[in-house]
Amino acid sequence: MNVHAIRAIYQFEMNRMWRTIMQSIISPVITTCLYFVVFGAAIGSRITDIEGVSYGAFIVPGLIMLSLLTQSVSNASFGIYFPRFTGTVYEILSAPISALEIVIGYVGAAATKSIILGIIILITASFIVPLRIEYPFMMLLFLVLTAVTFSLFGFIIGLWAENFEQLQVVPLLVITPLAFLGGTFYSISMLPEFWQRISLFNPVVYLISGFRWSFTGQADVNIWISLAMTFAFTTACIVAIWWVFKTGYRLKV
Amino acid sequence: MRDDPLPTQETIIEIAGLQKTYPGGFEALKDINLEIMQGEIFALLGPNGAGKTTLISTICGIVNPTDGRITVAGHDIIKHFRDARSLIGLVPQELTTDAFETVWNTVSFSRGLFGLPAKPEHIEAVLRDLSLWDKKDNRIMTLSGGMKRRVLIAKALSHEPKILFLDEPTAGVDVALRRDMWASVNRLREQGVTIILTTHYIEEAEEMADRVGVINQGRIVLVEDKASLMQKLGEKKLTLLLTDPVTELPAALADFNLRLQSNGCELVYTYDSAETRTGITRLLNALSDAGIRFRDLQTEQNSLEDIFVKLVSAKD
Repeated sequence: MNVHAIRAIYQFEMNRMWRTIMQSIISPVITTCLYFVVFGAAIGSRITDIEGVSYGAFIVPGLIMLSLLTQSVSNASFGIYFPRFTGTVYEILSAPISALEIVIGYVGAAATKSIILGIIILITASFIVPLRIEYPFMMLLFLVLTAVTFSLFGFIIGLWAENFEQLQVVPLLVITPLAFLGGTFYSISMLPEFWQRISLFNPVVYLISGFRWSFTGQADVNIWISLAMTFAFTTACIVAIWWVFKTGYRLKV
Repeated sequence: MRDDPLPTQETIIEIAGLQKTYPGGFEALKDINLEIMQGEIFALLGPNGAGKTTLISTICGIVNPTDGRITVAGHDIIKHFRDARSLIGLVPQELTTDAFETVWNTVSFSRGLFGLPAKPEHIEAVLRDLSLWDKKDNRIMTLSGGMKRRVLIAKALSHEPKILFLDEPTAGVDVALRRDMWASVNRLREQGVTIILTTHYIEEAEEMADRVGVINQGRIVLVEDKASLMQKLGEKKLTLLLTDPVTELPAALADFNLRLQSNGCELVYTYDSAETRTGITRLLNALSDAGIRFRDLQTEQNSLEDIFVKLVSAKD
């Protein structure tokens, strides 16, 4: 195991985060706070409690998930796409480093950033709405698993993208809609039967449901199913990346 | 000329039957067989698109070979990629840098990537050696092209490689920096580093290399000691345009390497420009003695292109 290489990549990526702190931390935090203010405080006061939880508190897990998903994908995809774009990837490819180590470095850093972001949003939210975390350990588990899974997913996009537009397309046209329709702002049980069933095809439903359960103890989907599905997504992403490196897809000719 | 010890006769890189066909079907490398000796400076000469960069990239692990086998110090570059790659430093042709990073960080990053613990005194020595020390806290984007080239060299040297690849190191570099670079390369050679450089400038090969390989259209068409290649390249032609055509050369001129052309209107003398005595004065005196007058003269030197043309046409 080339530990020095993993550390070098990890630090390189973390430095990039501090260098672009406005974009990587402050901007998502402000955006999420605006959601809290508008949906939680302003509109939320006119919405009845959902399963005994005030609307403001209800949307906190969903909003954390929303930024966790979008930021994990954009961090990790940009992290590997940029060296490909500038050509500096030559050094990574010529270094005595395995695919696994490259992934640990890039995905580890991207996931760390998202987790930091998630925790900052959580703390900020606690000042705006009354918050209670029923199962803190499970909360952390979902936070970490989601950050890792979507960083892996972002890494795949970063390998696949041929230009900056493609890099933006998946987060904008796939992740954001799935997160909005996955129960960020509502409970799946509020939907008609038919749409509830359709929603079960949306992987984000399981993440948000499980994460919200760790806060309130209420879930749309059984917690164990949520957890199993989350692990399944993680595995799917790992297999996809393994295939990418096995074939040299988009990295080597 | 240098008088330091000759490279050892041990092979450090062995390439056997290497082929590379790009997905589009373009055959970049065709059955390359090449041995690089430990401690030598090997210059790979070739026109643009000959396969120089593809060959280097394949050895370094950036391009997957289609067929064939490469070992570096006995380590197969695919099976034992860690052992093989940790010996190699690569300076790419393009100035690809992390624009937002500082010089110090980017060079330290390279060392870590190659699996070595931090060693600030080594990084400092490398930066001082390349006259980059006072730029160590500058962001790379603020540096000139020549400075960026030095940064790339520093990155390649950060992990103390045994083999250094320089892909067109002096492309777009001014004369002073070129001299500096040649000096650095010589210092590395003295430390026992094997150096493989690609170039299309013959002077560069002449100045630096122990051996020269010529690659054209994906094939190695020649591998020779620099000395013997330079002899071929040193061949020069003096063409005399005669005032009155002659049909036959007088016997007095028989010892000269002469040839008549254009119906006796031109006299061509071939000589070695590297010799101290080229025989030109003697020839001109002999011509005047023989009463042969000329109205103009021109000289031409064998260029690398001529060598290519000869090599390529000889193979067809």
